[in-house]
Amino acid sequence: MDLQTLIYLFVGGSFALYIGIAVWAKAGSTKDFYVAGGGVPPFMNGMATAADWMSAASFISMAGLIAFLGYDGSMYLMGWTGGYVLLAMLLAPYLRKFGKFTVPDFVGDRYYSDTARVVAAICTVFISFTYVAGQMRGVGIVFSRFLQVDVNTGVIIGMLIVFFYAVLGGMKGITYTQVAQYCVLITAYLVPAIFLSIMTTGHFLPQTGMGATVIDPVTGQDTGVYLLDRLDGILTDLGFKAYTEGTKSTLDLFFITVALMAGTAGLPHVIVRFFTVPRVADARTSAGYALFFIALLYTTAPAVGVFARSNIIATVHNVDYAEAPAWFKTWEKTGLIKVTNMQPNADGKVILDMSRGAKENAVSVDRDIMVLATPEMAGLPNWVIALVAAGGMAAALSTAAGLLLVISTSFAHDILGKVVMKGKMTEKSELLAARIAAAFAVCVAGLFGIYPPGFVAQVVAFAFGLAAASFFPVIIMGVFSKRMNKEGAIAGMVVGLSFTFTYIVYCRFVNTDPSIWWFGISPEGIGTLGMLFNFVASYVVSSMTAPPPQHIQDLIEDVRIPKGAGAATHH
Amino acid sequence: MENGKDLELTPQNYWKENVRFLSILLVIWFVVSYGFGILLVEPLNAIRVFGWKLGFWFAQQGSIFIFLALIIVYARGMAKLDEKYGLGEEPTLKKK
Repeated sequence: MDLQTLIYLFVGGSFALYIGIAVWAKAGSTKDFYVAGGGVPPFMNGMATAADWMSAASFISMAGLIAFLGYDGSMYLMGWTGGYVLLAMLLAPYLRKFGKFTVPDFVGDRYYSDTARVVAAICTVFISFTYVAGQMRGVGIVFSRFLQVDVNTGVIIGMLIVFFYAVLGGMKGITYTQVAQYCVLITAYLVPAIFLSIMTTGHFLPQTGMGATVIDPVTGQDTGVYLLDRLDGILTDLGFKAYTEGTKSTLDLFFITVALMAGTAGLPHVIVRFFTVPRVADARTSAGYALFFIALLYTTAPAVGVFARSNIIATVHNVDYAEAPAWFKTWEKTGLIKVTNMQPNADGKVILDMSRGAKENAVSVDRDIMVLATPEMAGLPNWVIALVAAGGMAAALSTAAGLLLVISTSFAHDILGKVVMKGKMTEKSELLAARIAAAFAVCVAGLFGIYPPGFVAQVVAFAFGLAAASFFPVIIMGVFSKRMNKEGAIAGMVVGLSFTFTYIVYCRFVNTDPSIWWFGISPEGIGTLGMLFNFVASYVVSSMTAPPPQHIQDLIEDVRIPKGAGAATHH
Repeated sequence: MENGKDLELTPQNYWKENVRFLSILLVIWFVVSYGFGILLVEPLNAIRVFGWKLGFWFAQQGSIFIFLALIIVYARGMAKLDEKYGLGEEPTLKKK
């Protein structure tokens, strides 16, 4: 069967599955819609969280990013996984015990203030829209590359599918769809990685293959040279920094990692997943399952990065253009691989060269194609390529759907239901409002996909910094400090969010010269400083104002113990 | 209170034990990621384990495995603590 038919088959099959699940798990109540009825088993919830969390960026871009960054890529690997430790120990169990539908619910009740609730709801919507803007573009690109339509048509197809299951099924539909999407995406990621690992090092596991010795592709003999050493050697010969050494300053690396960790723990669409399990103990175990499922991909990604980087150099460095492999020509047509200033040498041959600053015939490779093109580079069978296509779409769609749901919930439940129409909305009208808000959010997200704002490449780091600087401290102190009051929390959120937002916007759009960065901290890492400011501001303001009332102190005591979580979900 | 020996099984003591347990785990979390992976990466890179420089291994793979182990230890330890203080919840049987 030819490649295109296989792609239609795999992608079409997986879509049919997702929609089937959405119909089966149709939401009947607001509780179904917001938190899937609160009865999702921890194992399933772990898978759904992993799919929710791993976006098109993780699936498509991360391995390529690490392949080009080398050691500096560690900030993504540690930052995005280390946040789960914070989430599991500092947030998930207590929020689950609190047992409402959303994070603004917690913030509003804990800080006995509708102002705090609205600020939290606005932060949620803002963070989620920033994040979803990148996802929808990702959906469009993946669709267009594999279904041979243009990017805008791709975005519209993606919108229709997300619309169908997010609006109809709510959280319940999304949860079970995400379980299926996780299975598709992880298979699609692991299969080519295992193939590559066996071909390069003879190791079945990419995780150990990365640190193993290279097998000579021609003779099939073990060369006794470690893969990482060989890569370091080639790169330094070409004038690059060694793969295992970084170029970023230690301080910047540190700040970015903290921002990504705290951001992960503060991302509203991830936190909300821990409201869907039956007990507090389940929230803890489900965070463990989530990290396990994420780690499967995140420990494979650096291996894929190393294999891909070595592969590209091996097949392209100093190779005659006429003898360049077929995949090279295919991707050259898309413009994602480029040869600059092509000139024949004295023999009349064009030699491709990977070295930096080469004036002639220098090859540049777009990072985002690493995962998608690797199966072709390694000459893997067509069904593997089709599988990767289905996996990329699963990753993009699951995250987009999770985010859209959080946006609609924040709007319908936190703003409309709890503040604007306080107490006057029936469950039925709130459910309708949530569905309308979801539909509206899909359209806005689609517009972001079709007319991408210029900052799309940076949005993920942007959203993380904002989550770290606004939510993370408020929730932590809501549980761990009985003294924190509403004045402190609001001041902290306002200071953290406005500082981080201003710094990012200024350094990205107004003055893009890195030499103005404070202490050399890049905009990706500034959320950490925003978070510290948030902690300081809330501490200072709260110690100057009255302590929270007795019933709030009782609430905090209650949130700290797991007993009675089941009852708390019933409003 | 049938198994109370050295300390009273009050929610306040449960919380204290919880915070102490958490602090130990978070110190390990900090040491393996920020300590071994970032701050001490250069000296650790002098140590070789198979094809890996040790600091690089912690930064790209080792810390993730340890994060996972920490959450498992945490979930188990807290389940024990819940039981000790009688504050846990029975698994509820729910359909789907």
